[in-house]
Amino acid sequence: MMLEIDNLQVSYGAVRAVKGISLTVEQGQIVTLIGANGAGKSSTLRAVSGITKASGGHIRFEGRDITSLPAHGIVALGISQAPEGRMIFANLTARENLAMGAYLRRDAPEIEKDMEYVFAMFPKLKERIDQPGGKLSGGEQQMLAIARALLARPRLLLLDEPSLGIAPILVRTIFEKIVEVNCQLGTTILLVEQNARMALSIAHYAYVLETGQVRLHGPAAGIACDEDIRRAYLGEHC
Amino acid sequence: MSELLQQIINGVSMGSIYALIALGYTMVYGILRFINFAHGDVFMVGAFVGFFVAPVVATLVGGSGLATAVLVMVISMAACALLGVTIEKLAYRPLRSRPKLTVLITAIGVSLFLEYGGQLVFGPDPKPFPALIPSIMIVNSRYLVLSSNSVVVIGTALVLMIVLRYIVFHTRMGTAMRAVSFDHRAASLMGINIDSVISFTFALGSGLAAAAAILYGSVYPSINPLMGLFPGLKAFIAAVLGGIGNLTGAVVGGLIIGLLETLVTGYISPVYRDAISFAVLILILLFRPSGILGRHEAEKV
Repeated sequence: MMLEIDNLQVSYGAVRAVKGISLTVEQGQIVTLIGANGAGKSSTLRAVSGITKASGGHIRFEGRDITSLPAHGIVALGISQAPEGRMIFANLTARENLAMGAYLRRDAPEIEKDMEYVFAMFPKLKERIDQPGGKLSGGEQQMLAIARALLARPRLLLLDEPSLGIAPILVRTIFEKIVEVNCQLGTTILLVEQNARMALSIAHYAYVLETGQVRLHGPAAGIACDEDIRRAYLGEHC
Repeated sequence: MSELLQQIINGVSMGSIYALIALGYTMVYGILRFINFAHGDVFMVGAFVGFFVAPVVATLVGGSGLATAVLVMVISMAACALLGVTIEKLAYRPLRSRPKLTVLITAIGVSLFLEYGGQLVFGPDPKPFPALIPSIMIVNSRYLVLSSNSVVVIGTALVLMIVLRYIVFHTRMGTAMRAVSFDHRAASLMGINIDSVISFTFALGSGLAAAAAILYGSVYPSINPLMGLFPGLKAFIAAVLGGIGNLTGAVVGGLIIGLLETLVTGYISPVYRDAISFAVLILILLFRPSGILGRHEAEKV
């Protein structure tokens, strides 16, 4: 198992955002966490990347306990994140943002290759490469955030709400690229999404979160057919 | 006319010393959003390191000269870099998650510690700073006096500023500094160790303060443990004037303060030499708190 989360708890002061979530991510898969606002999806993801500290439970990556590692140490192990809100360095150019994605790598020629790979994936980025990150549109920033996370050459890629605040037509492109990364590079992906329909259409496995707990989980296709889920998250009446 | 030229040369020379110190204030502010009030005293320690190592280096190298001067400066910069890193580690790092005011008060405490610790260790009486480079008169007419000192001060400051610019804008560590100054959390998601970037920033700033101290000592060859107070305050004003957090701003601010000071001394009265800087601080805080080059930053609620 690539990632194992065991009885994870995350609290912000007195507020318990994650109340004992357990889940696993198998190598090579796209696993999605879906659920309403405040269900604990992003908190779970932030606990994995280390920018939020777990108040209880364990997170294991490739068998190693990473629960108390600092965020930069977790990146070094092979996990990178395109965070919610994109967190683009507005004062750095797009190229410098990508270079920061590859901060821990020393293999310059390989980094150059990966740059070319993300430019082929998002040609728009190549046009804006010398612009400050803050000058890019929301969609371009999202592409940059994903590209930047890929520059770390992660074995596990964490994507937090990649569709948030993006034009619908771009959402489709971005999801196609997520599948492409999973197939071509073999990168395992843990995807947090409010757009449940989109997420279920590309994921292998899904967890439905509700008020900080796992409500149900199973292969994405099965979840997409579940009547309760269709009604609650996909806005359909059967 | 020639008197004005003379004042300008002196002003730029003094201003480049302020600029070097101001860069340390502005870099630390950029990364941690607090004013390191002990910075002026790191400058003082730099001068004392120079004072103590200069005779040793001179005997080892064989007399004073360029090699001795460079070596003394490098040793003093290295010592202060180490001091800056140590201060951050011992005094500021444990307070990283505390309110900024707590860190600010601590910085004032560190400042007092260095000032009065300095009096205890070095003695409170002024000491003569050794002439590292023999001062030659390049121009010595009735109208204009240009000594090699001014040229050395301005030239050295310029070289150090260019090196700093290169580090900040064209190296991996410099890019990481700018990333951290924008957002600590986002930077840590890149694998950047925030603590090492902060240490590096303190080393850089303190090293520049030491270089400024060696230059200062060659212009005003009398040093004492409280000598960091006024240059430190003026460099802080320079950093605010230029736009705190902005490297170019620190240099511009330093030059303006240096020029104003010498012009006021020359044309109005030496009495107002120190007052003018504080007048500038009051005016800038009233009319343009973000400084000349600083961008307006809305108060985060």
